[in-house]
Amino acid sequence: MRKVLVLFSHPKFEKSRANAILVDKIKDKEGVTFHDLYQRYPDFNIDVDAEKALMSAHDIIIFHHPFYWYSCPPLMKQWIDMVLEFGWAYGPNGTALHAKKCLNVITTGGSRALYCEQGTNSFSVKEFLRPFEQTANLCGMQYFPPFAVMGTHKIEDKELHDYAHQYDKLIDLLQQDIALLAVNDFSFLNDIPQLNTEI
Amino acid sequence: MTGSILFEAIVFLLGAIICVSIAKRLGLSSVLGYLIAGVLIGPYVLGFIGNEGEDILHFAEFGVVMMLFLIGLEIEPENFWKMRKTIVGMGGIQVAGTVLLSYFLFILFGFDWKVALTFSMAVALSSTAIALQTIKEKGLLNTTFGQSSFSILLFQDTIVIFMLGALPLLASTDKPTVENSGDHVNLLQNLPLGLQTLAILVSVVAIVVAGKYLIVPMLRKVAKTGVRELLIAAALLIVFGISFLMELVGLSPALGAFLGGVVLSNSEFKHELESTLEPFKNLLLGLFFMAVGASINFIVIAKSPLTIGGILVAVIVLKALILFITGSVFKLKLNQKLLLTFSLAQVGEFAFVLLSFAFSLNILEQNQMDIMLVVTALTMTVTPIIGMINERVLLPRLGTKESINRPMDHIAKAQKVILVGFGHFGSTIGRFLRTHGVEATILDHDANRVDFLRKMGFDVYYGDATRTDLLESAGIAEANILICAMDNPEVIKQLAKTVKSNYPQVKLMVRAKNRYAAYEFLNMEIDHIYRESLETSLKLASEVLSQMGFRKYTLQRQVQNFIKYDEDSLRRLAKEDKIGDENYIFKARKELEQQEKLLEQDFKRGIVEFDSHWDSEQIRIALDDVKL
Repeated sequence: MRKVLVLFSHPKFEKSRANAILVDKIKDKEGVTFHDLYQRYPDFNIDVDAEKALMSAHDIIIFHHPFYWYSCPPLMKQWIDMVLEFGWAYGPNGTALHAKKCLNVITTGGSRALYCEQGTNSFSVKEFLRPFEQTANLCGMQYFPPFAVMGTHKIEDKELHDYAHQYDKLIDLLQQDIALLAVNDFSFLNDIPQLNTEI
Repeated sequence: MTGSILFEAIVFLLGAIICVSIAKRLGLSSVLGYLIAGVLIGPYVLGFIGNEGEDILHFAEFGVVMMLFLIGLEIEPENFWKMRKTIVGMGGIQVAGTVLLSYFLFILFGFDWKVALTFSMAVALSSTAIALQTIKEKGLLNTTFGQSSFSILLFQDTIVIFMLGALPLLASTDKPTVENSGDHVNLLQNLPLGLQTLAILVSVVAIVVAGKYLIVPMLRKVAKTGVRELLIAAALLIVFGISFLMELVGLSPALGAFLGGVVLSNSEFKHELESTLEPFKNLLLGLFFMAVGASINFIVIAKSPLTIGGILVAVIVLKALILFITGSVFKLKLNQKLLLTFSLAQVGEFAFVLLSFAFSLNILEQNQMDIMLVVTALTMTVTPIIGMINERVLLPRLGTKESINRPMDHIAKAQKVILVGFGHFGSTIGRFLRTHGVEATILDHDANRVDFLRKMGFDVYYGDATRTDLLESAGIAEANILICAMDNPEVIKQLAKTVKSNYPQVKLMVRAKNRYAAYEFLNMEIDHIYRESLETSLKLASEVLSQMGFRKYTLQRQVQNFIKYDEDSLRRLAKEDKIGDENYIFKARKELEQQEKLLEQDFKRGIVEFDSHWDSEQIRIALDDVKL
């Protein structure tokens, strides 16, 4: 079974309904390490060695965070800056993360319709996530499209539970190393057939 | 009247006070002030002091011994070892060059070769007292010029022993030499040379060993008694003891004292000894300079003004020339070279010793000695003036400034930090600073603790930091930051007051035991106050909340907010001058109420709506409103 590391960063987790439901579903799964960055590093003083060891011990890395100003919260960025060291994550001999898999799990307030050329946000989520995609590329990791829970401002609890169920299923697939089918045909992992069989 | 010791003391003290303060007001070095005071009170001007000037001179030479001891204290053994090349190199060139050139000069003046040789040896020696006192006064000891001067002087102090040893060889054998010349009789005089050398080595080793295993333990015992005058007595005992031992084996007491100082420079009593001996040294040196001034024999000058004038000019020019060459050989920068040239161009106090010894050996005639003594005293008076002209007129034209030769490439070394109080609070500060390469000068008044901490490898010094002189020797004049980490707020207050009024350039960082102490410090206009319990108790409190399930990041932010509110309220409350009166209690109660209110607000806003960022709830509510 592949090991999953969820790097969760939310500065105000206690106030997030959507993330409470999502996290609740997956955090105690077997083979999943739920790593709550804002709880672990309230002072932003990241223990780089410990983080590197954690990365090495897992096969699948999930950046789970709310989508703030079209990016991740500051501690997530701090984590990327500190942990993905030259000569370890990239550069000559920087092969520690090679062949690992990586994706973003995000929550956005605005609905999916707003994220396109015609929408208020002008660009697609995929475009906004380009820095993550290229970070994964540079580190030799396979990058998947994001799993996104969007329009959280208006979403009902029931829907959130459905998303949580999908998230759980996604992790199952990744853990069992089952190839995600037609992954490049979709902008969001939410849409791939394997996650939509029951619903 | 003139015989009375009291009267003499009054004359000397008054002379010093008047002349030195005038000299200082004119921006001259204090040495010049003392010298002029000496001339004025001496037998030829006002006549207050008669021929006893010479006895005073011998007594006051002890100031030089103390000065060398104090300089030794500032030079740690490893630095001393590093200086060995400059000492031998520069000193060697200077002494050999001067002896050689002035020998021909005196032959030219028509003196017999023996006399010429004696004179040239005397001339080669510069005045440690004048040169070092001036250098230290200007704070230039750590410049290349300062170090070079010091090296040369140290070499001279050593070589004078050999000169004194060589003089009897010059004495004509047919005339009986005067055996007893007072100062210079020593145990070893009649021993073969090899044994003498051995004895000298033994005594040097004795000083080193005694310093470590006798003097330091003694000082520890004395310090533990807490009786301050015992420490003064002990300090004097050390200097006297070393001098006595040195004279016994025929070494220069100044040299021995210097060695003793070097040995003790690593000990915790360094600054205590410095501050204790400093006033003695200053007074004795002042007395010494006055005695030199008083000993200028104007009758001799009047008898042969041309000879004396000629020798005076020739000697200074010659010494300056050799010093300039020495500086060039060692590639000193021009401004440093000029400073060196003029600071050591005088004939020193050893000349008095050398000349009178030569006279007692019948090498010199009375009038020859008198002339040379006058020349010596005159050079001592003239060179400070020339040095001043050099600094005021010559150096500014060169466009170079006397720059202090300190390595500024590292923050840790560039700034000086003094840490007072090395208990639990101070030691944490010291440890953290040290991990960043910042070696603070640490002062503590608990002898037991100092002893223990030194064993643990900390550079701690014993002493009561509220005394200005101790602060001075700990280097407060050059310090950037002074940390007050003592336990007792009253002592901190006293120290802070002293530092604020005397050394306004020093940044004060103060430990506050509690709120009340903090108020007082705030009212003293100290900006950097650290309440010792504030952050720790908040840390504990936030841990408690975390254990109960609050998010750590939120707590972290709330602690910072709390501290901010609390500091604000502290500053507002501190404006109430009279702490403890009814008005204060009223205010304090109000302040507490307000604090509670703030806290309550913090709580409500902090958890529910303190930050409107990162809060999707608000957006949702707003969106709902729009929809409706």
